[in-house]
Amino acid sequence: MRKGQYRFVAGFLVVPVALYMVFVIWPYIQTFGYSLTDWKGQSQEFSFVGLDNYTTLFKDDVFMGAIWHNILFLIFIPAITILLALFFAFMLNAGGRGRAGGVAGVAGSGFYKIVYFFPQVLSLAILAVLFGAVYRSDSGGMLNGVLIKLGLVDEGTPVEWLNEPNMVLWALMAVVVWHGVGFYLVLFSAAMQSIPRDIYEAALIDGASRAHTFFRITLPLLWDSVQTAWVYLGIAAMDMFILVTTMTSGDYGGGPDHHSEVMATVMMRNFLLYGKSGYACAMGVIMLLLTLIVSVVTLRATRRERIEF
Amino acid sequence: MGSSSEPTTTEGGTSRRDLIKRSAALGLITVPTMSFLSACASGGGDDDSGGETKGETSEKNPFGVKKGTKLDVVVFKGGYGDDYAKAWEASFQKKWGVTSTHTGTQEITGKLQPRFNAGNPPDIVDDSGAQQIPIDVLHKNGQLLDLAEVLDAPSVDDPSKKVRDTLIPGTLDAGMQGGKVVALNYIYTVWGLWYSGKLFEEKGWEAPKTWEDFLAICKDAKSQGIGGLAHQGKYPYYINVAIMDLIAKTGGLDAMKAIDNLEPNAFVGSEAATAAVEAIYEVVEKGYLMPGTNGLTHTESQTRWNQYKAAFITSGSWLENEQLKTTPEDFDMKFLPMPLLPDSKLPFEAIRAGSGEPFIIPAKAKNLPAAKEFMRMMLSKEWSTLFAKEANSLTILADGVDDSVQLRPGTQSTVEASKAAGDNTFRYLYTEWYSEMGTAIENASNELMAKRIQPKEWLKRAQAAVDKQAKDPESKKNRRD
Repeated sequence: MRKGQYRFVAGFLVVPVALYMVFVIWPYIQTFGYSLTDWKGQSQEFSFVGLDNYTTLFKDDVFMGAIWHNILFLIFIPAITILLALFFAFMLNAGGRGRAGGVAGVAGSGFYKIVYFFPQVLSLAILAVLFGAVYRSDSGGMLNGVLIKLGLVDEGTPVEWLNEPNMVLWALMAVVVWHGVGFYLVLFSAAMQSIPRDIYEAALIDGASRAHTFFRITLPLLWDSVQTAWVYLGIAAMDMFILVTTMTSGDYGGGPDHHSEVMATVMMRNFLLYGKSGYACAMGVIMLLLTLIVSVVTLRATRRERIEF
Repeated sequence: MGSSSEPTTTEGGTSRRDLIKRSAALGLITVPTMSFLSACASGGGDDDSGGETKGETSEKNPFGVKKGTKLDVVVFKGGYGDDYAKAWEASFQKKWGVTSTHTGTQEITGKLQPRFNAGNPPDIVDDSGAQQIPIDVLHKNGQLLDLAEVLDAPSVDDPSKKVRDTLIPGTLDAGMQGGKVVALNYIYTVWGLWYSGKLFEEKGWEAPKTWEDFLAICKDAKSQGIGGLAHQGKYPYYINVAIMDLIAKTGGLDAMKAIDNLEPNAFVGSEAATAAVEAIYEVVEKGYLMPGTNGLTHTESQTRWNQYKAAFITSGSWLENEQLKTTPEDFDMKFLPMPLLPDSKLPFEAIRAGSGEPFIIPAKAKNLPAAKEFMRMMLSKEWSTLFAKEANSLTILADGVDDSVQLRPGTQSTVEASKAAGDNTFRYLYTEWYSEMGTAIENASNELMAKRIQPKEWLKRAQAAVDKQAKDPESKKNRRD
């Protein structure tokens, strides 16, 4: 680099880096600072309590349960969403019957692509209201209504989807997956379309089946996109605040009886409702750490050799 | 009015748990930390409140309101709207020449927490709704003005009396923290069961006075395809109204105080508590709940009840306002005190009565004299009548509504019920004092209603919540005799 170029580059970076420091890094540092105090959240009077908040945290059954729920989400949400999105993307782009030219999607794939994308257009708030109606716990709910009509459920004892400890997490997961599949389908589709056709054609000429082409060609060449999707979905699974808090029972959600609690809901309840803000900050720090670890691990674990084409 | 799941005054289901705003609130986690800087920088610089806003005091102007100053009013804009506050502010300006900045909002926490932290709060706040800042939390942070000065000032209507002597007895209790009144719970509220006069007439049911009669009606209702009892299952606050009322009526005021005072036998070992929880559980076991009610939001279940899908519902007297749009014209909403279990210490007429909608004056308010005067005027017959007119609700001012105002049937029935009750009223305070304990008991009730735990287990869990709270040294400051 020529002399003076560093200064030139630095000149451009000063402002954004300063903004980032002030609005992102500094609050993180402060949150950590508060996590060492007994701050109650509504004034600037507090005293230093060392690591007390952290030791309490690891004995807090509700928060530990919440971590497990987040981990459960972390495993299932990305896995299910990516598998479904990959499957659909493959069917739309390369899954059609081998016609004259060889590689094409199933009939009407352009139409499906648009339809699959619809859920992504909805905000999480609308999603929560929508699925609130789907899961509603009396005969007015969509699922219950259908099940009652079919005679599978007795009208006097409808299924309380979001009030069943064993069901609530899966019900929430279904919402996230339904919402996410369309987006990742489009993402994977775009990546698939950039895979040269001749590779597929060559495979077809060699007699490869659809499954073969998928696992030997499509997946390896899509790996970068899958990796990105995994990190994004992982971060979403670590959060889940909006859906849990709006759809489940209890203050800031998490019900029934903490069975759908995630870290963010426990944190908000402690922060705002119980006035244990220093303690909540400690939860925030743990959340940050876990999310960082998840991102790093995902990126490391999925690292592969890049294939240039 | 209690726990922050307190739904008093929200309009609709979606606005109640306002999704986007909540998510924005998550972002706010970092905002208070930001104000740390400015708070440090300005520390000690804002002790001049009252200096430039205080004028001459006189008999008519006990706090020294100064003409030409400004008053910053923040009002929770829920089911009661905020027109009443605008009417007050107009009247205040006319009388004192003090102009108001009016903010009507549902996001009390989001808007005010940063301001409290920065030492720059409004002058008077209606701290209510799902996103209220809990009063116990504000108090612990030293943010609330002791309202004794306002309450001991002469009443606007009758200067020979103190303001506190013009109020319905006991209505100040809900605003007590550590022995001081720091919040003025302005709306007079009664809690209990509600039914439709029309449905009862049609079916030939009499309003039940004993638990046995109550169960009989539930049974009859069930046989006709109607639910017996509906509750707002997603927010177990409501079924706790029924459970706790039964405990108080069965065991008397002592049973209630045992809970508020965190006694080691508040639940486990209390005969009243055992009988009450078993009675509620009987409703569950016999299938008298409205189907699906355990998972419904307050709007959903109350609407079902409006559609004659259940005979009874639990709620406080905000119910009528909340349901204005869905209640049929001829529904004839009626209040019912909790029916009695055998050998109850309190009579049937006894009701949980008290006050809700806490108004607070921040200790660091800029215009304290005007804020105090504003609150004093809220407790005048003129402003109380304005409120009844705009919001169809009673205030804590005794005989505070001018006869010219026509009340709706539900509110009217609460007026009659309070008259019948006389001094036989009771009011729990643990919901104001111990947010965390309240939540734990609500969770247990949710499990009980879903038949996942038995009454014995409920008692154990409720007692565990009490015992845990009792270990907190802060709890010693709250006690009632």
